[in-house]
Amino acid sequence: MSVTREELENEFDRPPFLKRLSPYDWVWAALVVIGTVYAFMYYREHMGIYEEVILFGTGISLLAFGWLWKPMRHFSLVVAVVSLFGISLYGTDLANAESSFFLKYLISSQSAIIWMSALFVMATLAYYFSLATGSAFSGKLGTALTWIATVMGAVGLMVRWRETHLSGVDMGYIPVSNLYEVFVLFAVMTAMMYLHYERSFKNRAMGAFVSTVITASVAFLMWYSYTRGAHEIQPLVPALQSWWMKIHVPANFIGYGGFSIAAMMGVAYLLSARWPQSLMARRLPSLEAMDEMMYRAVAIGFAFFTLATILGAMWAAEAWGGYWSWDPKETWALIVWLNYAAWLHLRLTKGWRGGVLAWWAVVGLFITLFAFLGVNIFLSGLHSYGTL
Amino acid sequence: MTEQQRIKPRRSLGAVLLEFLGSMNLAITLLMVIAVASVIGTVLQQNEPYNNYVMKFGPFWFEVYRSLSLYDVYGATWFMLLLGFLLVSTSVCVYRNAPAIMRDMRQFRLDVQSKSLRAFHHQDEWQSGQDKDQVLQHARQRLEKLGYRTRTKQHADHITLAGMKGSVSRLGYLLSHVAIVVICIGGLIDGNIMVRIGEWRGDIVAETRDIPVSQVPSQSILPPENPAFRGSVNIPEGARANFIFLSMRDGYLVQNLPFTIELEEFRIEHYPSGQPKSYESTLLIHDPELDEPQRRVIAVNHPLIYKGHAIYQASFSDGGSILDLTGWSLDRPELGPQPIRAREHPDQPLLEGRMPEVGSQLQLNTPRGPYTLELSDFQLFNIFPNEDEPVEGVRHSPYRNYGPSMTFKLRSAAGDAREYINYQAPIRLDGRYYFLSGMRSNPNEDYRYLHIPVDQNGSIEGFMKFLALARDRELVQAVAKRHAEIEMGLDNDPEMLEQFSRSVANLVRVFVEEGVDVIVEQTERTVPEGERANLLSTYIGMIQSILGTLYLDMLSQEGLVGDEISEQQANFFDDTMQAMTLIPAYDAPLYLVLNSFEHVEASGLQITKAPGENIVYLGSLMLMLGILFMFYIHHRRLWVMVREEGGKTQILFAASGHRQRNDFDREFAFLKDDLRQRTDAQPDSK
Repeated sequence: MSVTREELENEFDRPPFLKRLSPYDWVWAALVVIGTVYAFMYYREHMGIYEEVILFGTGISLLAFGWLWKPMRHFSLVVAVVSLFGISLYGTDLANAESSFFLKYLISSQSAIIWMSALFVMATLAYYFSLATGSAFSGKLGTALTWIATVMGAVGLMVRWRETHLSGVDMGYIPVSNLYEVFVLFAVMTAMMYLHYERSFKNRAMGAFVSTVITASVAFLMWYSYTRGAHEIQPLVPALQSWWMKIHVPANFIGYGGFSIAAMMGVAYLLSARWPQSLMARRLPSLEAMDEMMYRAVAIGFAFFTLATILGAMWAAEAWGGYWSWDPKETWALIVWLNYAAWLHLRLTKGWRGGVLAWWAVVGLFITLFAFLGVNIFLSGLHSYGTL
Repeated sequence: MTEQQRIKPRRSLGAVLLEFLGSMNLAITLLMVIAVASVIGTVLQQNEPYNNYVMKFGPFWFEVYRSLSLYDVYGATWFMLLLGFLLVSTSVCVYRNAPAIMRDMRQFRLDVQSKSLRAFHHQDEWQSGQDKDQVLQHARQRLEKLGYRTRTKQHADHITLAGMKGSVSRLGYLLSHVAIVVICIGGLIDGNIMVRIGEWRGDIVAETRDIPVSQVPSQSILPPENPAFRGSVNIPEGARANFIFLSMRDGYLVQNLPFTIELEEFRIEHYPSGQPKSYESTLLIHDPELDEPQRRVIAVNHPLIYKGHAIYQASFSDGGSILDLTGWSLDRPELGPQPIRAREHPDQPLLEGRMPEVGSQLQLNTPRGPYTLELSDFQLFNIFPNEDEPVEGVRHSPYRNYGPSMTFKLRSAAGDAREYINYQAPIRLDGRYYFLSGMRSNPNEDYRYLHIPVDQNGSIEGFMKFLALARDRELVQAVAKRHAEIEMGLDNDPEMLEQFSRSVANLVRVFVEEGVDVIVEQTERTVPEGERANLLSTYIGMIQSILGTLYLDMLSQEGLVGDEISEQQANFFDDTMQAMTLIPAYDAPLYLVLNSFEHVEASGLQITKAPGENIVYLGSLMLMLGILFMFYIHHRRLWVMVREEGGKTQILFAASGHRQRNDFDREFAFLKDDLRQRTDAQPDSK
């Protein structure tokens, strides 16, 4: 790798982080601060101390996130503007969903989520076309569609949050309480994590693989919504009425997202290793890079899954009377955790790379899937909030 | 965990054992074995009554599984041993690797040989015209700019500059592994070790009988000093308890508490849709150490911590609501409504008995023989989606409250039981009102409902009165005879008249007492297929007209019939006929009417004493930090070795780092080129 003098100077003589921020960064940061403080002032009397801490924690995280990963700034602004527009259209009457054009066809939560689903499917097709033909345009289209889908999903959740409050007195809750809502969360989280990797690895061929998982989850979501009416807003059972839900569930889904991406990288790795001369293998990143990405996805997934499990245990100690009850969901969380702990040991201390770990990551996804869905479908227990 | 291969000629058994216990392979194997073992307890429902398992697996497999402790996997000795193994393995790993890691974090490896550096993946060598101090100064400056800490050491023929950063990553290893040990210890403290030891020594024996707490023998009672436990108790409103039950496989232990809990009130709030919104209990804590009882409110997600005991709102149930019941014999409705009372002894006059409460059992003498009434539940209201058509001008609510209901079983002397649910208030369906009672013969079925029409006084009496008439055989025969005389003109053939009226009366009797199904069956047995339908409709018509006549007689006796019967009266008859066809399948000796009630609720509390909880959280914090350090901080080392040779300076630049190779490649390449430029690397050098 030859490096120019200039690049080197840049690397070394960079001004401190804060001085590198653009005016846009600062304007955006000001908006985040204003938004957070406004939310605090406006909803103060409805929030407990922990909710206030979560609010400011979210503001600070968003700030750090946007400064470190620039696309987050545009994303958060667009989501905020569109969500606020949707919320303002509702006013205080849920029935406006039927009369307002924008709500009915675009940004009521159910419409936005259907748009998200359609856009993810389209993005998947674009990514596949790009992988098959090498078309750079199609790849870019895939990225763009994924971005828009992610925005729609996030808007759907934000607007739904408001809808829960409009559904009845004391009904409001953060929409991560049932399978329908968390599947949207999963699609959004996974897509954002992927978009981050896509940027840092500068390769769009992986999009076909990751978007496949997202499309599968979207297919489930649609089935669940149409056959079971899962999108209908139901009041929250007492056990879920806790601020813990706001941190436990999202942390879990960063974990699930990471594991899913790792598994799909595993698939891409295995296919590339099997047919190294194929067009696909040439379009995908090198085996080493995919291995690296798989590791990074497992690492972030593992870190957040660990956090989520710890938070879950602490919540359980407050709601169920014990931080660990060997409830099926808890036990499966442990199984998932042990599985990836073994994976990480193999890679980090035994120095394994490649094939076996790729297979393992793929199998890991099925274990994760069972912990996430299978437990709800086949096993009973305390954690039966998302039954089918 | 770095594997250190030390080759020694002979090793003691202890060393071999230590190496085995601390080996990576054992650790990974254990992780996977525990994962697989954990699956068992999620697939097989744990800690159910043993009878359920016997039913599921049969006596042979029941025993096999029991001997493997599969009904309580997570408390099984072998599972504890597995966890213990993991604990030992992790501890040994930490013990073996900690010194090396601590050294690794501190030491800059200034004595490294040039030969080893040349073997690194990241290394480069070049020559510079600058003198060695100048070179070192450049190197130190650049490395420190990138956040490396540096040290230099003068050797005989060269100087080594070593840089290091991210050593906290190595600390991550220690933190995360010590964390596992800490979490396990915390969990162990909160586990039921003391009870298990007691059981093993025979001091503690789980109670399996369903007996009052006062009769539980002392070997099944644990003192308040027990360091850790988790159990539950149901307290009815107004009652108090100073103990909880710990479930132990197929039995339980009684755990005494150092204080007494009184339930003052239990409250449920509901959403308009009937789903529960909150469960709350107002508790009074009585403790000799308190001047006066402490009043505290607990709710789901808001437990009370008292003296290291966490008290949770876990469930609720009926706490023995008192029910004022009367029973109508369906065999002899003419007896009228009989009060249902709990009597101290059979000779006690009925009306002197107490009103029964939910949860109790009563012996009843019915015309059908002795029955046991088991009052199992009472619900203050029942909210279901409103299936009525919206009426214009009236606000249509999506939900409807069906009012109070009670659930009970009637068990015959032979032991057969049917379960019933009766609603207190009449229910409106399609504009008419009914008393609703559901019946099922096993808990997996849905209830099938009997709709008894409400009479013009809003009472069940009209129906019962008519039922009594319909069961009066003589009366029915008289009506049948009259019917035959008038309708069929049989009045001049006494023998025929007698025979006909008798068989019609019999038909009605079978219909009323045994059900329409019996008539259908009989017809199927005795009549050729082609004629059945005709004959059956003749039969039904006959029954209807006899009972219809009976109904008209009843109305005229009551002076209620005008020139024509009203639509309401006609509907009542239709509904009565419907209900009567179902009564034989309803299969109850009595129809129970709930006149009034006094609602008493009970709150299910879970009480936990877990002194290890904070230790577990400390371990969790360490685990989190450890993971973050390990994954997101990278331990990197750089060396610049300079040697003067023939007026030139020879430079050897090398690096080693863990993971994140892309990143590190880039950093090394930048540094290498930068240093080459700054030291005016001579073009002929490599």
